[in-house]
Amino acid sequence: MTDNTKELIINLGPQHPATHGVLRLILEVEGEIIKKCIPHIGYLHRGVEKLSEDLTYVQVLPLTDRLDYLSSMINNVGFCLAIEKLMGINVPERAKFIRTMMAEMARICSHLLWIATHALDIGAMTVFLYAMRDREKLLEMFEMVTGARLTVSYPRIGGVRCDINDKFLEELEKFIEEFPSKVEEYETLIDRNRVWLKRTKGVGVITAEEAINWGLTGPTLRGSGVYYDVRKFFPYDAYDKVEFEVPVGKNGDVYDRYKCRMLEFRQSAKIIKQCIEKLPTGPILAEEAPRIRMPSSPLKINKEDIQFEIYLMEKNIEDFIKKFTEVYASVEAPRGELGFYIVCDESAKPYRMRVRAPSFVHAGALSRLCEGSLIADVIANIGSIDIVLGECDR
Amino acid sequence: MNLIEIVKKLRDKFPHEVLWFRCFREECDVTVKKDNIREILIYLKNTPTLEFNYLIDLTAVDYLGFREPRFDVVYHLMSIKYRHRLRIKAQVPEQACSIPSICDIWRTAEWFERECFDMFGIEFKGHPDLRRILMPEDWEGFPLRKDYPVFSDLAEKEWLTFIELKQKAKELRGNND
Repeated sequence: MTDNTKELIINLGPQHPATHGVLRLILEVEGEIIKKCIPHIGYLHRGVEKLSEDLTYVQVLPLTDRLDYLSSMINNVGFCLAIEKLMGINVPERAKFIRTMMAEMARICSHLLWIATHALDIGAMTVFLYAMRDREKLLEMFEMVTGARLTVSYPRIGGVRCDINDKFLEELEKFIEEFPSKVEEYETLIDRNRVWLKRTKGVGVITAEEAINWGLTGPTLRGSGVYYDVRKFFPYDAYDKVEFEVPVGKNGDVYDRYKCRMLEFRQSAKIIKQCIEKLPTGPILAEEAPRIRMPSSPLKINKEDIQFEIYLMEKNIEDFIKKFTEVYASVEAPRGELGFYIVCDESAKPYRMRVRAPSFVHAGALSRLCEGSLIADVIANIGSIDIVLGECDR
Repeated sequence: MNLIEIVKKLRDKFPHEVLWFRCFREECDVTVKKDNIREILIYLKNTPTLEFNYLIDLTAVDYLGFREPRFDVVYHLMSIKYRHRLRIKAQVPEQACSIPSICDIWRTAEWFERECFDMFGIEFKGHPDLRRILMPEDWEGFPLRKDYPVFSDLAEKEWLTFIELKQKAKELRGNND
């Protein structure tokens, strides 16, 4: 009998529950082994970057909610940080602490959904129910303060929208007290489960050097043993006033990435606890913060802040250099580094807004992670890089 | 080494490439000519005192009507070891809308360059697979260019596939009647 084999092409997605949205993968397989994996994205492209050029800085804020809808709070914070940096606004201390607290709540929220779906994809049903139970409590707390559960639009340029009350703090404190034991509960379900270990250990391995080369960030990078966290490297809000550790993995496989996120749960709880303890009193919005009806006045930037030197240029470029100022600000989103690059032309609208989305980069690295592995491991890999397509396609 | 020293060092190394630098809010951007962008980035990546080993972002900005050359391709670099960030900008004119690709220096640039091509129509020479990434393959025009409208009321500007789809729907409806 002669071998009559040929490569088979399998189409995974865009409508597939395990691709966490509308991700489409074209897999060229030989038996069970993947020879080539080509991700296709763009099904959720809404043109946020283009739209923002037509809106004022204040109006862009709700658009950022819709990027990574699982942790909209952190998206908002990232955008606000960029604009505050551009305008030179000093945020009041209380607002900084509230934002840090809320951002960590959003991180726990997002990671809870991640563990729920990731475990479900691999075959552990129970974790889903436990994680969703706790996520619900956090969403209710978000609702209590912001009035919304997912797309919160709570931070404002220069502070936050409204103050938090004692009832909220009480409930949050109660939740945080209980939460570390809940994390242990999830771990008892899967951490020593043989199926879980088989499906995650040694799967989707990426070395530290390669991870940097592919531009991975967040827990996906730290799983490979690279210590890089925006909160520590370029501290924003109140992260330099609280103590926390950044968990780092070793092997760079799906299991280590899972472990990193599980340890982040505890660190986030620790940060929230410190925020509640240290929460100062005072205003929640800076005096110079732009109000809703901002478009009437253009953005004023002090020309003395711009320092420049021209080496080679025949034409007079000085006016151009002074006119277009730009900033880059980034935050540690649950998925990785979320960066906002803003070019300002002194009008009330951003001249160019660029969103550096971690999911976009991670989806690009999927081809590297999947090649040479089994079809079943594709699902584990997608889960472990934790992508949200809303952010990926923007 | 602070950012201004880095820029001075870069300028000493490439005196004919660096056009100007600007510092604003503790950030530094250096504008360079596009032809030797690869050499500049390799130098920044491999010099032991700089070690910009991480490419955070690659994008472009369109300065239509404000400046000639029209585009800037923007590279955000970071060093994990020294914890500093630098922005390198390469000028790209509209007529010769291309720049050398840096895919082999950082693999992450592969998708960034595809996106940049998709949105601005800048060609990255040496890119292994330069296709549209976010927009449909048969899309016309480059959405993030400044001469591309946000809202279009021109019927002929409508996406061709959508027109075909509408026509087909109309036909099907006609058959049922």
